[in-house]
Parts: sequence; C-alpha cells; structure tokens
Amino acid sequence: MATETIARRPERVRVQAAPGRRPRRDAGRVLRLYVPLALYLIFTLVPFYWMIVFALRPTGSTAPVPWPITFEHFATVWNDIGYATFFVNSAIVGALTLLFTSVIALMGGYALARFRFRGRTLFMVALLCTQFIPGAMMLIPLFSIFRGLGLINSLWSLVIADTVFGLPLSIILMSGFVAAVPFQVEEAAMVDGCTRTRAFFAVVLPQLRPGLIAVGSFAFIHAWNNFLFALMFISRQDNFTIPVGLSYTIGEYSADFGALAAGGVVAAVPVVCVFAVIQRYLVHGISAGAVKG
Amino acid sequence: MASTGTAVAGGRPRALRWAPYLLISPTVLLIAVFLVYPIGSVLYYSLQHYNLTKPWANGFAGLANFREMLFEDPLFWTSLGFTAKWVVAEIGLQLVLGLALALIVNESFIGRGLARAMVFSPWAVSGVLTTGIWILLYNPTTGIVRYLGAPEAAVLGNPDTVFGALVLTELWRGVPFFAILLLAGLQGIPGELYEAAAVDGAGRTRRFLHVTLPHLRDAIVLATLLRSVWEFNNVDLIYTLTGGGPAQVTTTLPLYVAQRAIDSKDFGYGSALTTAGFVILLFCSLLYLRLSRFGADHKG
Repeated sequence: MATETIARRPERVRVQAAPGRRPRRDAGRVLRLYVPLALYLIFTLVPFYWMIVFALRPTGSTAPVPWPITFEHFATVWNDIGYATFFVNSAIVGALTLLFTSVIALMGGYALARFRFRGRTLFMVALLCTQFIPGAMMLIPLFSIFRGLGLINSLWSLVIADTVFGLPLSIILMSGFVAAVPFQVEEAAMVDGCTRTRAFFAVVLPQLRPGLIAVGSFAFIHAWNNFLFALMFISRQDNFTIPVGLSYTIGEYSADFGALAAGGVVAAVPVVCVFAVIQRYLVHGISAGAVKG
Repeated sequence: MASTGTAVAGGRPRALRWAPYLLISPTVLLIAVFLVYPIGSVLYYSLQHYNLTKPWANGFAGLANFREMLFEDPLFWTSLGFTAKWVVAEIGLQLVLGLALALIVNESFIGRGLARAMVFSPWAVSGVLTTGIWILLYNPTTGIVRYLGAPEAAVLGNPDTVFGALVLTELWRGVPFFAILLLAGLQGIPGELYEAAAVDGAGRTRRFLHVTLPHLRDAIVLATLLRSVWEFNNVDLIYTLTGGGPAQVTTTLPLYVAQRAIDSKDFGYGSALTTAGFVILLFCSLLYLRLSRFGADHKG
C-alpha cells in the first residue's frame, strides 16, 4: 500500500496537473485537443438533448427542436404513471443510503487512516476483494436473506443492499481523505485538553467536508440508480423506485416516447445536478486514495 | 499494537486498543451478513432443488444442477461466450477512449472544469435511464439514426446490428468513469518528469510512451480489472435495452442468472449458474493480476 500516495494533499495534486505547459493557440493544439473534445462532447450531449426534445415537444411532432414547448408529458408521468411516488421512494432510499454510508465510512476510514491495528491489512484486503463480487450474482441469496428478515417489499432492503455494496469503496476513499488531514492538528487539540473524540469532531470533521461530499454523493447516485435490487426485492407499485418505474415505462409505453422521455428527465435531473457539483471532488478523492490505496 | 503518531504513546493506550475495532465493527458486521454469508448460501443452494414456484420438488439435488448446466443447457455456454465478447469489446474500447479523454481534459484550457463536468456526466446516469435515452435514438421512425442513413429495420431487433448498438450505448456511459480513474492516475505523475524528458529532447510521443504510460500502469491494470467485473455485472442496461434478445444472442451469464431468479424463480439452478460465474470471475481476475504483474516494482 502506497501510504505516500494516501497522505498527499489534493491541492498539491492539482498544481501538478498542468506540468509547465502554457496554452498555445497553434494548429496542432486545435487538432490534438479541441477537435476530439468537440466530437466527444457531441457524442455525450446529443443523447441528452434528444431526450429533452422528446420530453418537451407535443405528441406527434417530429421537429428536431422542442417547440412549441409543452409540459403535458411531465403531467402524465408525474400524476398518471405515478412518478411522484417513485420519486419520493428513490429520494428516501438515496437519503438513507447516503446517511448510513457516510457515517459508517467515516468510522472505518478513520480507523484505517489513524490506527495500525492487528488485522488492518486483512480488513483492507477484504474490502478490495468485495469489489470483485458482482451484485447481479447476489440476487438470489440476498432475496432469501431479506425474505427471512421480512424486508421484501420494504425500502429498507434497498437501503441495506445499496449501503453494503457501496461501503468498501467509500471506506477506502474516506481513509484517503482522513490521511490528508495532518495528525498534528488533532494532536494539538488533545494537548489543549480535548478528548480524542472531541478533537475529531472539533478539528478533523470540518476538514473532511470534501470527502464527505464525495462519498455521500457517490452513495446517493448509486442508490438512486440501482435497478436490479429494486426489481427483485420490490413488487408493490407503491414502493417502486424511479429505475423500476422507468423500466416499466420503457416496456409499456414504448409507443409513447414523450412519456418515456419525460420520465427519463425526472430520473436524470437529481443525479446530474449532484454530479455536476461533486465531479471535481471525485477525481481528487480517487487520486488521493482509491486507485493506489 | 501502537497507533500511528507520537501523541498516542502518551495518551490512553488501553482505550485506543479497541477503538479501531469498534470503528470497523459495523462494516465487518454488514459485510459478513450481506456479502460473506450469501456467498456461502449460494454454494449451498446450488446443491439443492429450490424453486419458489415448485415448493413440492425442493430438496437435495447433489450435482444435478451442475450436470444440467454443463451438459443440457446450451444457453449457459452461449451466454458465457457472449459475456466474454461483451467484456473484451467494452473494456478494450473504454480503455482507448477513456485514456484519450483523460489526456485531453488533463490539458489546461479555458472552460476545462465545464468540459470535464459535461463529458463525465453520463457516468451518473443509470443503466435503465441509458436504455430510455438510447431507445429514443435508435427508434427507426423517430430516432436520430434515421439521419445517419441507418437501415429501416430496428437496430435492436436485428442480430447483426444489436451487438454494435449495445456496445455503443454502454460506451456512452462507461468511458467517463474510465476517464475519471485514469485522470486521477495522470494527476499523480510529477510534472518534473515531463520537464526532464523535454530537456532531454523527448517529443510528445516519447514522453507519452516513456513517462505517462509507465506511471499509469497500475491505474490502468486496476481500472481495467474493476471495469471488467463491472461490465460483467452490467445487467441493468442489457436487461432493459434488449432483454437478452433477439433470440438470446445478447444474453450474458449474469443476465441469465437474473432472468432465472426474477422470471422463473428457479433459485437452485440460478445458484449453480452463480457459482460458475464466481469461479470463472475469480480465475480470470487472478490470472490477469498475475500476468500484468500488478504492484510489482517496474518503474525502475
């Protein structure tokens, strides 16, 4: 384990990102940088645009721009198909997963970064090994467990499954962020008479804000997007989450593309907004710990 | 058993001895109950006849499930073949495109933050939503494919075009995370190395081959491995976009397991398929780590 990598502050990494090259506006740079970037942006953004066009233009229109704008499709999915309920369910699962993952990852990450205890290496290896367990292969045994616990058709089964599958990577990420906070800060607070717990809450936790944002958003996005667990564990429509609702829209409304697109926009808006805010923390977080941790 | 840092030595060693164990206990508990135990129970179920829709026939099966899988179920073998084709195609293309994308957004230019946010954004989109979006694009009457001179037949219903359509769709969502992982690796390369190489007269290509690639080696190995497991596991997209069709030509092994579990509730046979999947995945991962000499000191 490259502890030297874990300890590196994100700020330093950022400075190194542009190794002494000044932007020059020559033809080579345009060909090498801007043309491929523009092409890739088209590939990325056109599908989003196409969905928005379908969601906003009236049924029967084939115009490539959403004009005249109508919100009838949103009214259909939100009120008639039940996306209002799906949205609330997904938000509950996402928020609880975020909460549990953040707290447990904070505890585990702190233990990994600050203590050398017997079994630490084993714990690390176990966390990495879990990354090779495909969730799709766990459907059957998890279904049996949740049935035994009486959690089938309960949103708690999704909260638990999403937390468990996201936790290992979250802990590794979080330990990178904790290691980046100098131990001297904590030490100084303890010399001033704080207990270690108080020192943690008073001086370490505030500095872990970027880490908590990265880990929490990561957990939220994964919980919001999870489809297979929700499909397997939930069969009552009142407890459907957005991806399950969307999959039924794909199946049943395959002629009504307006409704499908509007449902897609409802599904996309929260995660894309969260992502836009956190993507820079994500890159720093991974370079601070995950890839080489 | 001493903790890191000097301060701890003068602190409260007895309390601190169990502190790390207390801190990791929720994680250990959750992993044990919801990951380790289920893997054990898969092995157990794979030796049972266990079908929720036929409770009267449940009971010990011995190796019957495995016998059926290996000798009487051609779909097991075709799904395995398609899984390999799917993972290799996706990972190969994602590596090339993801590396190119990471190198581009690692340059400094005006609007870099916005460009990064935009090109990375499909990562946050779920497999089901990706399906929803690309169905709109692929639809022969309303989709964007009609501007690109696509044949009139449905792209997804044609066994000749469905693989390409599926791969392209997953690239849209898969390349960003590959690029994020590799960008993180790129940012760990000290800038002095590029300056030294430039002083020595190394051109752009040689700097890439002799500085960038060797330093990215571990990041590339880990990213390809993690993403391979991930693409292997990627049921959401295929389940909703093609459902494994047409005529089961796009059924991966995990999708087959999911169909057995969700649609026919045949847990015994599904567990045998799961066990086979675990063994194959474990074998391939270990082989790959061995062949790539991951973590070995190769930077010289």
